Amino acid sequence: MSDITNQSLSEILENVKSKKISSLELTQAYIKNIENAKKLNAFITTTFDQALENAKKFDNKPNELLLHGIPLAVKDLFCTENIKTTAGSKILNNFIPSYESTVTKNLWNCGAFLLGKLNCDEFAMGSSNETSFFGNVINPVGDQLVPGGSSGGSSSALAANLTPATIGTDTGGSIRQPASFTGTVGLKPTYGLCSRWGIVAFASSLDQAGPMTKTVSDCAIMLEAMSGFDEKDSTSINKKKETYSKNLKDNIKGLKIGIPKEYRVDNMPKEIDELWEKGKKILKNLGVQLIDISLPHTKYALPTYYIVAPAEASSNLARYDGVRYGHRSQKGKDLIEMYENTRSEGFGDEVKRRILIGTYVLSSGYYDAYYLKAQKVRQLIKKDFDDNFTKVDAILTPSTPSSAFKIGEKKNDPVSMYLNDIFTVPVNLAGLPALSLPAGIDKQGHPLGLQLIGKALDEQKILNIGYAFEKNCCYKNEIKKWWS
Amino acid sequence: MSKEKFNYFVNGDKGEYEVIIGLEVHAQILSNSKLFSGSSTKFGADPNKQVSLIDSAFPGMLPVINEECVKQAVRTGLGLNAKINNYSVFDRKNYFYADLPQGYQISQYKNPIVGEGKVLLDMPYGSKEIGIERLHLEQDAGKSIHDMDPSNTYVDLNRSGIALMEIVSKPDLRSPEEVNAYIKKLRTIMRYLGTCDGNMQEGSLRADVNVSVRKVGSKKFGTRCEIKNVNSIKFMQMAIEYEANRQVELLEEGKEIDQETRLFDTKKNETRSMRSKEDAHDYRYFPDPDLLPLKLEQKLIDDLKKSLPELPDNKKERFIQEYGLNSYEANVLVSEKEISDYYEEVAKLSDKKLAATWMMGDLFAMLNDKGLNISRSPISAKNFAELVQSIKSGEISGRIAKQVFEIMVESGDNPKKIIESKGMKQQSDPKELEKIITEILSKNKDKVDQYKAGKEKLFGFFIGEIMKLSGGKANPRLTNEILKKLLKG
Repeated sequence: MSDITNQSLSEILENVKSKKISSLELTQAYIKNIENAKKLNAFITTTFDQALENAKKFDNKPNELLLHGIPLAVKDLFCTENIKTTAGSKILNNFIPSYESTVTKNLWNCGAFLLGKLNCDEFAMGSSNETSFFGNVINPVGDQLVPGGSSGGSSSALAANLTPATIGTDTGGSIRQPASFTGTVGLKPTYGLCSRWGIVAFASSLDQAGPMTKTVSDCAIMLEAMSGFDEKDSTSINKKKETYSKNLKDNIKGLKIGIPKEYRVDNMPKEIDELWEKGKKILKNLGVQLIDISLPHTKYALPTYYIVAPAEASSNLARYDGVRYGHRSQKGKDLIEMYENTRSEGFGDEVKRRILIGTYVLSSGYYDAYYLKAQKVRQLIKKDFDDNFTKVDAILTPSTPSSAFKIGEKKNDPVSMYLNDIFTVPVNLAGLPALSLPAGIDKQGHPLGLQLIGKALDEQKILNIGYAFEKNCCYKNEIKKWWS
Repeated sequence: MSKEKFNYFVNGDKGEYEVIIGLEVHAQILSNSKLFSGSSTKFGADPNKQVSLIDSAFPGMLPVINEECVKQAVRTGLGLNAKINNYSVFDRKNYFYADLPQGYQISQYKNPIVGEGKVLLDMPYGSKEIGIERLHLEQDAGKSIHDMDPSNTYVDLNRSGIALMEIVSKPDLRSPEEVNAYIKKLRTIMRYLGTCDGNMQEGSLRADVNVSVRKVGSKKFGTRCEIKNVNSIKFMQMAIEYEANRQVELLEEGKEIDQETRLFDTKKNETRSMRSKEDAHDYRYFPDPDLLPLKLEQKLIDDLKKSLPELPDNKKERFIQEYGLNSYEANVLVSEKEISDYYEEVAKLSDKKLAATWMMGDLFAMLNDKGLNISRSPISAKNFAELVQSIKSGEISGRIAKQVFEIMVESGDNPKKIIESKGMKQQSDPKELEKIITEILSKNKDKVDQYKAGKEKLFGFFIGEIMKLSGGKANPRLTNEILKKLLKG
């Protein structure tokens, strides 16, 4: 059999089910790939022994669960029982949780098991995976390229065949942007569809876990496995679990898709525009009706996001104080100095920057002007979407304003880095689902993605559109293996 | 009830000052588990034995509201005649401290669960209404222990995350006595409702006291100081007195009062500055994104209202109407639910008025002596009622009753049995009484003569002798009648 790790998750599941390959062989194949891909720096922790054990267990007693016998690497933001969980930060570099996040537990309950923990931007704050304490991750697309962020370890590992599928978290684009940069599929579900319990928090009202896969079918399978109501998360949506993979269909004739004029931003590369046009054409050919729409408050989304997210983060990260777990500085003569030294040593620059911004916007005298105003604008952004979703079934936009940029290119220019999230953050602010699909390449051969935004809880519909799109897009992610 | 005049003022050289007091009471909610986690709330466990991953703020842990705590807050709000808000919001109050694992306390800031209400106080100068500003839900912090080790601080998180109600009064209190009455009233109401055990020693009831002074007659409030965490009513009263005098002295010297937070030093009986307004924390309150706003359906509130027990103010009215008690008696007997229950049981079986008198006299004195509360009284309500009835029917005299009472305390026995076995029954047979009286009179012929000559004070002497001879059992009323008759003869 040719290299199984080239296959999609759906194909692998078939092959394991029909015993063409054992779970152990599958796991060994990924372990081999991972060992040969150290240059990518996609992993923070590997759990090979445990994975091989689990694979053998499965082979001895196979089952037909949704993810039967599948080894999976996950972003190191998900707490995993007895396995080090760092969130890409020095402050948690020795932290071993005694508990398993709901989302990963859901995956294991569907028959998958852990292969390792994937690198990410520190506390998911970043768009290039350069803020990780464990070093930057490299995009398999090119040795000078960032894999996107914050789920950069996830996108890199997926694109380099180091895991058959993976999960990330998306607070402002952290699944969709890296998916777009690596030519893979990434879905940010409706806020509340996947439990946040056991995920290291960045910005609670925006954080949402989601799948990152090679194909849309894989995405449906993963979403089905990981989602579901969780009474331990007060913001979790209490609704019946859906079977996205079974309900996937490619007939999307008659659907109405909105094209928002505000997403044509200044200085956007021509290629992005062309990609968008190509996407529209494909959908039109599939019988979809394209409708020009307006989301007038889009231009305020980025500043709104960069007030709300740091504000919540400044409070969420207060617990990392060296008192109960994680890094504690040995310097300092009293409690306050211990705090100051612990946090100065434990957090990187980008995290510190956001804590400072967040603390500032919540301060008395500034709260009304920043945080409260931002919350009001957030409502307007949400209303823009609500108004349009009475007219259209989904919205098509580019995923990012550019393809993967060079390592170090934007590192010292936070504003330019933040601009990379311009198409993805409005979705988080509105709590909506959005799917990033690989749709083409730029002239350097770097992948580009298109984004489908859906109504709240309308994941099935955007998956169906994506499924039909994928079949007709004739895009093939061809990455030359240069790293081993 | 005596109509005394309110007279708590602080005298300065330049005039009389009125003291304005507002209280922020922190009452621990009676519930099995904490406000946002399933950990137990039992008092007295070993350090850090009742701490979940949520209470200790591990990464990725999320709070989930405990419904029972919400109901308890609503019940308390209803007991304070307050407006229950159908919509309230949990906010984060951000500050760093070693015993605050999250780095923030989940509290309610702009939208509390309970709004304005009122509490009625019975003061010697009449009843007084104290306004309630609000009641909100919040988490307690853990405990830092600084004296276990010379160089380290220990942290106990058992208390971390326990549900508290912060009950904020309006600045309506005017004296340490009113503060005393207010705290006791709050405590009574919450104990009736079963929403807080009111145990100040265990810290289930704590208060921050806001004190300011102003010249009598002035309408403008002075600058206030907040005295933190005073954990007994006595200390609270001492702190207020000290603080009021300190502020008056400053004003008299022409100085200004700094708005600040002060601590009461229980060893020196004085307050001292903890932090000034400039150093006040900026708590950076904002709505907790981990929790949805709390929406209460009116039906839930209505159902809770219907299921509330009779509250002390209503019970007091009923006691006055139903049992013919005066306001003072009724007040004392409703002060604790257990006392009122005991009284009602006794009153059902005996004379209502006499029962009140004996309960508030001998029974309370005995319990006080022994340091017992009424639920642990050695005398059951049924036995106590029988004792009261024996007095009422004339079976025993009040004097004998005191002896029977003593024996009941020691033995726990039924009074009838004691009276019978010890032959303590009152002598009410006129013939027998006449025999005893005649014997006394014949032994004291000289005194009889003196009496007849006009020395009427000797009547008491004869009674005393008769009682001695009868072993205290002679029926006083009959004895009086017969003695008078025989002395005339």
